[in-house]
Amino acid sequence: MSLDAKIPQGPLAEKWSKHKFNLKLVNPANKRKYDVIVVGTGLAGASAAASLAELGYNVKAFCFQDSPRRAHSIAAQGGINAAKNYQNDGDSVYRLFYDTIKGGDYRAREGNVYRLAEVSVNIIDQCVAQGVPFAREYGGLLDNRSFGGSQVSRTFYARGQTGQQLLLGAYSALNRQIHKGKVKMYTRSEMLDVVTVDGQAKGIITRNLVTGEIDTHTGHAVLLCTGGYGNVFYLSTNAIGSNVTAAWRAHKRGAFFANPCYTQIHPTCIPVTGDHQSKLTLMSESLRNDGRVWAPKTVETAEKLRKKEITAAQVAENDRDYFLERKYPSFGNLVPRDVASRNAKEMVDDGRGVGGSGFAVFLDFADAINRLGQEAVAAKYGNLFDMYYQITDEDPYKQPMRIYPAVHYTMGGLWVDYNLSTNVPGLYALGECNFSDHGANRLGASALMQGLADGYFVIPYTLGDYLASIGPKPVDANHPAFAKTKQDVVDRINSLLALKGTKTVNEYHRDLGHIMWEYCGMARTEEGLTKAKGLIQALRADFWKNALIVGAGDEVNASLERAGRVADFLELGELLVDDALMRKESCGGHFRLESQTEEGEALRNDDVFAFVGAWQYKGDNQPEELHKETLDFEFVHLTQRSYK
Amino acid sequence: MNLTLKVWRQKNANSSGKMVTYKAESISPDMSFLEMLDVVNESLTLKGDEPIHFDHDCREGICGMCSLYINGRPHGPKSAITTCQLHMRSFHDGETITIEPWRAGAFPVIKDLAVDRSAFDRIQQAGGYVSVNTGGVPDANIIPIPKVIADEAFNSATCIGCGACVAACKNASAMLFVSAKVSQLGMLPQGQPERWSRVQAMVAQMDAEGFGSCTNTGACEAECPKGITLINISRMNNDFFSAKLFREEKVHDHSGGSE
Ligand SMILES: Cc1cc2nc3c(=O)[nH]c(=O)nc-3n(C[C@H](O)[C@H](O)[C@H](O)COP(=O)(O)OP(=O)(O)OC[C@H]3O[C@@H](n4cnc5c(N)ncnc54)[C@H](O)[C@@H]3O)c2cc1C
Ligand code: SF4
Ligand code: FES
Repeated sequence: MSLDAKIPQGPLAEKWSKHKFNLKLVNPANKRKYDVIVVGTGLAGASAAASLAELGYNVKAFCFQDSPRRAHSIAAQGGINAAKNYQNDGDSVYRLFYDTIKGGDYRAREGNVYRLAEVSVNIIDQCVAQGVPFAREYGGLLDNRSFGGSQVSRTFYARGQTGQQLLLGAYSALNRQIHKGKVKMYTRSEMLDVVTVDGQAKGIITRNLVTGEIDTHTGHAVLLCTGGYGNVFYLSTNAIGSNVTAAWRAHKRGAFFANPCYTQIHPTCIPVTGDHQSKLTLMSESLRNDGRVWAPKTVETAEKLRKKEITAAQVAENDRDYFLERKYPSFGNLVPRDVASRNAKEMVDDGRGVGGSGFAVFLDFADAINRLGQEAVAAKYGNLFDMYYQITDEDPYKQPMRIYPAVHYTMGGLWVDYNLSTNVPGLYALGECNFSDHGANRLGASALMQGLADGYFVIPYTLGDYLASIGPKPVDANHPAFAKTKQDVVDRINSLLALKGTKTVNEYHRDLGHIMWEYCGMARTEEGLTKAKGLIQALRADFWKNALIVGAGDEVNASLERAGRVADFLELGELLVDDALMRKESCGGHFRLESQTEEGEALRNDDVFAFVGAWQYKGDNQPEELHKETLDFEFVHLTQRSYK
Repeated sequence: MNLTLKVWRQKNANSSGKMVTYKAESISPDMSFLEMLDVVNESLTLKGDEPIHFDHDCREGICGMCSLYINGRPHGPKSAITTCQLHMRSFHDGETITIEPWRAGAFPVIKDLAVDRSAFDRIQQAGGYVSVNTGGVPDANIIPIPKVIADEAFNSATCIGCGACVAACKNASAMLFVSAKVSQLGMLPQGQPERWSRVQAMVAQMDAEGFGSCTNTGACEAECPKGITLINISRMNNDFFSAKLFREEKVHDHSGGSE
């Protein structure tokens, strides 16, 4: 099968306008004859569902939480980028485009990224019109902060709760359409399969998480807005429920999965304390605006700190290594995430890590507090400081935070073309669930931007083109594909419920996480990855023999829900490793020890690997087939990224 | 540390529930309260028993999914945090901890400690928005908003919809929750065009859901993990009575009618 990204021809700045003009339209009276299924109501899903309903389509929206307001987007802290240039500091659509392509280590499509930068400005307007209370300056205009990988201030924020405020904005737009009857909302519902009829997506199968009922829903198109798969690592900054199930089941029905090995490890998270830990907590990147990252210069000092013989404050200025400022003078603490994470790991590997376990470096606010005063620092980051204090019992106003990298975001996801369509007609993927815009590394504050761009400003245009082409004939729910897919779902649930072994699902998940983090985390090698592949296969085989799942199918059953998700992670984990093995280069978040510059930076191999790797499912326990979408760079010149 | 837990177990909405006692052993003070429950659940599962069901997701105090009435207080003994942010170091070795679901007529139990809070969504659907469609909106900086107003609107907007205010209130009133949204939009210029109809529509839905009335006890404010203050309720009452007495606008279909 050929992979056509459908990027419009012509100059960058005209691609999207021209494309919009060329797309077919559905006339207003016909829109209400179409049903659109939106799975997921985070930023991408809620914005898409609301916008499509406003246009007149009938929308059915689904989420597994008890309310759309609780999607994982709610947890985003730091901010959202937009090329508004309100600060007059030289920002432009082109600069945001350029920063994003470069930040992604030249592994994203130019056309997509330019469009993202272009619509970014509309997003801020939209959110403000909804009443999203962004931070403001005394003159009453919007305030900005800086984020990693850029030298301008283009990040809009709402204290440390930007995702919450943006999601509540999208949720309010969604609520308005629910009230009007244009969106039918299904909460506590988990999508477990996509139904395809003659190769086109025509519906989904869901499980009602309260009654256990398995339901069939028909639609002219299915939009997956189901978030990222970071929890394949068990410990991550994602919410406990975040999972790959919807995307993975779609993959098994034919949708290609692109670049699974592009995972983002965020440099500033609260370090792991013990085996009981169920998740990791992010300390927003925005903290690097004012916090300075350092480790002791010598192993001896680090040793004393670890044994608590001295405190951080007692380490003299001379004995501190502000390693990011030292190595990257022009970007300093605001280098992109992949670079910051690898450097923290280097410190730890060097024996200079701090905290009880030695797996941490410092993020220090003493300078900022001296310069700005505690109150000003609290106004910017108060909730983050409180959160840190709650978790660690240490007061970050008095001593530096201890931070360490943790899995945070997944750039890979379902392959989509410029229209956000997967290779299965009628099946779309939006937000973190797709692979589209961030290349091999996402810049901070760009995921919120992408989710809302997809939902508010891209899909409302591109979906119409497809719908117009298939026509408004109602979908036949009696087509045998529906009954067949439903039976597959029931069978799978029954085989999970039949597992009465000795090991809990949580233990399998934790074991998988250990394998992924150890061999497929911040530093990957041929040898380690090969080993991981074998370990995952063995773990998966063991799961299907020895897992213990309690309770029944026709009731609330968290054990069963978890089991289904972990079973999918056990399959995705292997594909992720395969992709990492295939990509014998380093780029962005994918770091192969075999491929680095003399200074230890990621070394790409553009001659061989300037492509999107899209994998096709070939049956249970069969190797997947790789399809390559070549990345053509017409407008930017590929260079070794430098943040020095 | 070792603890005794007294936990509300209830199979589903239609069955009656009861308190059941469990032991929680070898608990680390660094664990969060939910991680402690995870440990108990792992051991229940290994015995083939059904784990204790509770709602949770983000585990960092922002999604509003976790609940739990711990030793007679919503979100436990510490103020200004959610249950998922509560750590075991706030308890002492050997303590007995009672864990119940939110208790309110408008929040029926789904299973064990999880309740149905969809009434909150329906109140928001009745009017918790500014009626603008996607696209065609003015530039974000066209309307300057004084920083103090923006900050205060933000404070109201931080409500996470957890329902602790209802659980804390002897009348099971939802005034704090509803007033937070009414205040946020009522303070901002964007919210003015629908200010009077919004408050009426949301209050009407709140009443229809069977929440109790407010008697100014202030338990909601004391237990709210996000510091939503009673001032919001005063603002809402003001708007509500202004709307009723002085503005002849009736509660029209707030969303602007059918398409
Ligand atoms: C702690 C944290 C902080 C972050 N901070 C920032 C930031 O400051 N700036 C930034 O740009 N990005 C940030 N990000 C990234 C960003 O928040 C996410 O990438 C983005 O919110 C994802 O949005 P989404 O709509 O794609 O998916 P989500 O918000 O994850 O929504 C997924 C939706 O899908 C539903 N769902 C999933 N599976 C199923 C299924 N099988 N059936 C039914 N429903 C399903 C869920 O119920 C949910 O509604 C942060 C991420 C984390 C973890
Ligand atoms: S007002 Fe406070 S207690 Fe009530 S729902 Fe909102 S955050 Fe929870
Ligand atoms: S689990 Fe999200 S607030 Fe507690």
